[in-house]
Amino acid sequence: MNQFPWLTVLALVPLVGAAAVAFVPKARGAALPKQLALAVSVVTLAVAVAIAAQYDTGGGMQLTEDHDWISAFGVHYALGVDGLGLLLILLTVVLVPVVIVGSWHDADDRNPAAFFGWALALESFSLMVFSATDVFLFYVFFEATLIPAYFLIGGFGRAGRAMAALKFLMYQLGGGLIMLASVIGLYVVSAQEGTPSYLLSDLSQLDMGTSAERWLFAGFFIAFAVKAPLFPLHTWLADTTERATPGTSVLLVCVLDKIGTFGMLRFCLGLFPNASQWATPVVVTLALISIVYGALIAIGQDDILRLIGLTSLSHFGFITLGIFAFSSQGASGSILYMVNHGIGTAALFLLAGYLIKRRGTSLISGITGVEKSAPVLAGLFLVAGLATLGLPGLSQFVSEILVLISAFDYHWWVGTVAVSGIVLAAVYVLWMYQRTMTGPGVPGVADTPDLNRREVGAIAPLVLGLVLFGFYPMPLLDVSNPTVDALLQHVGVSDQAPVVPAAGDDSAEEGQQ
Amino acid sequence: MTAHMLALQEAAHSIPVVDPTSASGVFSLLWLVIALPLAGAAVLLLGGRATDRWGHLLGTALPIGSFVLSLVMFLQLLGRDSADRQVSQHVYQWMQVGHLDVGMDLLYDPLSALFLLLITGVGSLIHVYSIGYMEHDPRRRRFFGYLNLFVAAMLMLVMSENYLGLFLGWEGVGLASYLLIGFWQHKPSAAAAAKKAFVINRVGDIGMSLAIMLFFVTFGSTSFTVISANADGASEATLTVLGLLLLLGACGKSAQVPLQAWLLDAMEGPTPVSALIHAATMVTAGVYLIVRSNFIFDLAPNAQTAVVVVAVVTLLWGAIIGCAKDDIKKVLAGSTMSQIGYMMLGAGLGVAGYAFAIFHLLTHGFFKANMFLGAGSVMHGMDDDVDMRHYGLLHKAMPVTFLTFTMGYLAIIGFPGFSGFWSKDKIIETALADNWLVGLCALLGAGVTGFYMTRLMLLTFFTDKRWEKGVHPHESPKIMTIPLIVLAALSVLGGVMLLNDWIVDFLAPVVGTPVHEDPPLPALAITAIAVAVVAVGVALAWFLVGKRDVPRTAPQDVSFVTRAARNDLYGDAINDGLVVDPGRHLVGGLLAVDRYGVDGALTGGPVAIGAVAGQLRRVQNGFVRSYALSLLGGVLLVVLALLAVNLA
Repeated sequence: MNQFPWLTVLALVPLVGAAAVAFVPKARGAALPKQLALAVSVVTLAVAVAIAAQYDTGGGMQLTEDHDWISAFGVHYALGVDGLGLLLILLTVVLVPVVIVGSWHDADDRNPAAFFGWALALESFSLMVFSATDVFLFYVFFEATLIPAYFLIGGFGRAGRAMAALKFLMYQLGGGLIMLASVIGLYVVSAQEGTPSYLLSDLSQLDMGTSAERWLFAGFFIAFAVKAPLFPLHTWLADTTERATPGTSVLLVCVLDKIGTFGMLRFCLGLFPNASQWATPVVVTLALISIVYGALIAIGQDDILRLIGLTSLSHFGFITLGIFAFSSQGASGSILYMVNHGIGTAALFLLAGYLIKRRGTSLISGITGVEKSAPVLAGLFLVAGLATLGLPGLSQFVSEILVLISAFDYHWWVGTVAVSGIVLAAVYVLWMYQRTMTGPGVPGVADTPDLNRREVGAIAPLVLGLVLFGFYPMPLLDVSNPTVDALLQHVGVSDQAPVVPAAGDDSAEEGQQ
Repeated sequence: MTAHMLALQEAAHSIPVVDPTSASGVFSLLWLVIALPLAGAAVLLLGGRATDRWGHLLGTALPIGSFVLSLVMFLQLLGRDSADRQVSQHVYQWMQVGHLDVGMDLLYDPLSALFLLLITGVGSLIHVYSIGYMEHDPRRRRFFGYLNLFVAAMLMLVMSENYLGLFLGWEGVGLASYLLIGFWQHKPSAAAAAKKAFVINRVGDIGMSLAIMLFFVTFGSTSFTVISANADGASEATLTVLGLLLLLGACGKSAQVPLQAWLLDAMEGPTPVSALIHAATMVTAGVYLIVRSNFIFDLAPNAQTAVVVVAVVTLLWGAIIGCAKDDIKKVLAGSTMSQIGYMMLGAGLGVAGYAFAIFHLLTHGFFKANMFLGAGSVMHGMDDDVDMRHYGLLHKAMPVTFLTFTMGYLAIIGFPGFSGFWSKDKIIETALADNWLVGLCALLGAGVTGFYMTRLMLLTFFTDKRWEKGVHPHESPKIMTIPLIVLAALSVLGGVMLLNDWIVDFLAPVVGTPVHEDPPLPALAITAIAVAVVAVGVALAWFLVGKRDVPRTAPQDVSFVTRAARNDLYGDAINDGLVVDPGRHLVGGLLAVDRYGVDGALTGGPVAIGAVAGQLRRVQNGFVRSYALSLLGGVLLVVLALLAVNLA
């Protein structure tokens, strides 16, 4: 408790940085706020690396901080990090500098200081969300992330962004309000047991009645299903990604939306294990619909940014499916999926942004033959696309096959429906690639210039991650596995043993652990 | 029922188990066989224009390096006792979650040893050939990068010790195939063909993926070692489903009916690609998969029957298409489908046929690569024209190409003594012993093969000159003809593998020892009949094509059968009608549902949003404080609510 408050510092650095960036005098030029923002995000990354270096993979909640905040309600300022939190923190701190470099000129015509300031604020709040171990604290920052997100969507991007921002906000506030009811309900239940407390560690030990648990679960789940998003709560997603700048979409879809699936693991399974299992059939059905439906309507899109947004609906279906399959492969696969989806989709959004900037349209029907003059852009776009469609050797495959295995283990037809997603993904990715990148090019239209160094520099770490974690995901799995084991033990489920135990191998008999 | 069970149990005892020893000596370099071409791909694809000058040389040297390694290992393996010919190498841990534990594990046994030689040997020859063939292409370096990537992935496919690693290679070759079919991306037809190949293969991948899931759920592992040791513990229903799922995967990769439609379009790729990927190696991966999974299929007779049915349909399907095409590459592609049908047939016949399936796979790899490269050489001399109606009398202008092609031709039609004669004959013989109807279909296929290959030979090298104006056919440079000569020699001599039943004995530790079954007729009689049937096909082609004038454009007043065959037996129309068009309507319908149904119901439609927006716009004005205020309001609401609850 007396140790250095690493997690607080982690969240404070970008927050202070955001304020500094916002208040840089305009007279100092447009470049300074960007440079400052980049420096701040790199320092944040360094702090996160320092945290990762101290992290003991087997050690549960670590680097904990705990201070009374509103003692009347049992609210604590309590932070901590476990495997799940650590991976999402690392994803966040890597993506923010990438977004800053990738969208270096995206706000030039408006107010760069505001854009990069809000981005840092969003980073700060997200980091708090991922490290909060008090439900109330989590809720406050869960809602707080909407402020920077709203301004990023509504202030920068394409025509129609104000409407998109409003729709985004209405959905999120609606979800938040439902969750609020559950947050209050938790307090009631906790107070009935004696001393009220919002600490996760206390709440997870609560013995609540069946119906209370189910109601509270529903409140949290709906909010997370809006955030993640799941069918039928997804319609804000494509509108938002279509209008926002690609950088904003990265922050939204690759970081912010992860709060939804993060919350399902940490809060739904952590606090309401019985209700989670009770709700599984419904959740699994919604997840399956999201997978297939998201992919199908992605195929029909003409706007690249909408298309990429909708692929995420399909992917969040996979993540949710893995979580609610209740097996170690599913849960670890989901955590891995969050990271890999973050990396791959960020690359896709940024590359789509580069492409749109060059061609002046985001419509697939208006772009053709890019590969001829911009092979690097086309090549990277293909790699990111292949990652999205789950090609083995790129990281998303590992998470996808883990989730599919767990889904099949849950029930064979669930795995069978989910696996159709791999064909649909091939269609939406490769058809988009075929229409935009291949072909002879249009006579009279100027050649598309290839990527410059800054643009490649922003994408390079992402592509490196896709390949590295495709072939060697063990560093991530080593972090997620212990957390998953503890969580599943808490829920009270264990992996099913194989139908045919291996002869002469007694690990199968012990396979229950 | 009981007799059936007994038969299965008996089968279970005779199925060899994958039980490799840890790699040592030269075998500890197994990983390097894959790493060499992989490194080549990385250097060539990432190195950029700096590697343009020497990229193709490096790209050729590395597969040759892998070939030398494969050869040394093969000789080492031969030196070992036949019971001791399985070696494995654990490279590193790929993934581990719960009791799912997958290593990057390699397996080297007689089956993979033969594949290694085929892939790196024929692969290297095709690399050499491509130096000449792609000389004037500005993106030659990238071509070699993709080829190296292909070789690495194909090696991974045949060397993995578990299904997940096999799937890695499986998808890797699919990617390389996609990139190479669409290599000339500025051609819309090439780009479309590439996507089509990948998407149809993905349908097959559903089978592969589900099989992997079912393997894990059933055996707790995807490793050949574990599964082969425990397969007899699984129910026959499970094994049958596994077999059918693997067959679905095999149909995609090996272009077997009903997933055959991509292969003909795949001829859009440069011809060396057609030779390496779409003839000699990748498309035979399905056969490898089934032979490798012998421990599943031997216990699932119904799945084996399905393999045989698919094989017979495809071997006729491909042959019929081959008869009607005027594009030299498409004739060869139809022929490839058909020949893979023969291999599948061998694999579907079980222990009796596995070794012959692999034998035919190897000889086909030689003669078909030979003929594709020969076709490339012809195209090289004919300004990339592929229409055989514009060829004719080329045997004088291209003597080396003609002679080497003839060796391939004699091999594929099964001219006595040539490699294809031995391998196809064995499959027909085994099929007849198993089921006379299947055997007759295989015989018929051999006759049709004789017809379409003779037609191709006549149209290209004989009959009269029908060249386009300004075309001056010429022999290709040495760098292209030398690989042709080597492959031609292999096409002639490939049959030596059958001497003393060598290949059967060599593969026995992997696929088991066949129990000799007497065919309904003496083997010699069957051979005589097969040769006679082929002779009829050849003669028919001679009278229908060789003795008549060949019009320069394809006649349109042809029979229904010819028209169907020209249209790939309506494979595309079937796919469009059953999948593509309904899919398009489904997507269109869902888009409307999403916009007006889901979105409309939840947001009250755009109208309501607009109204709310109008109201809010007055409030908002873009100031932070109003949002800060509303957040504060929210927090206050929470506190109040908590107080209320607390006081209640």
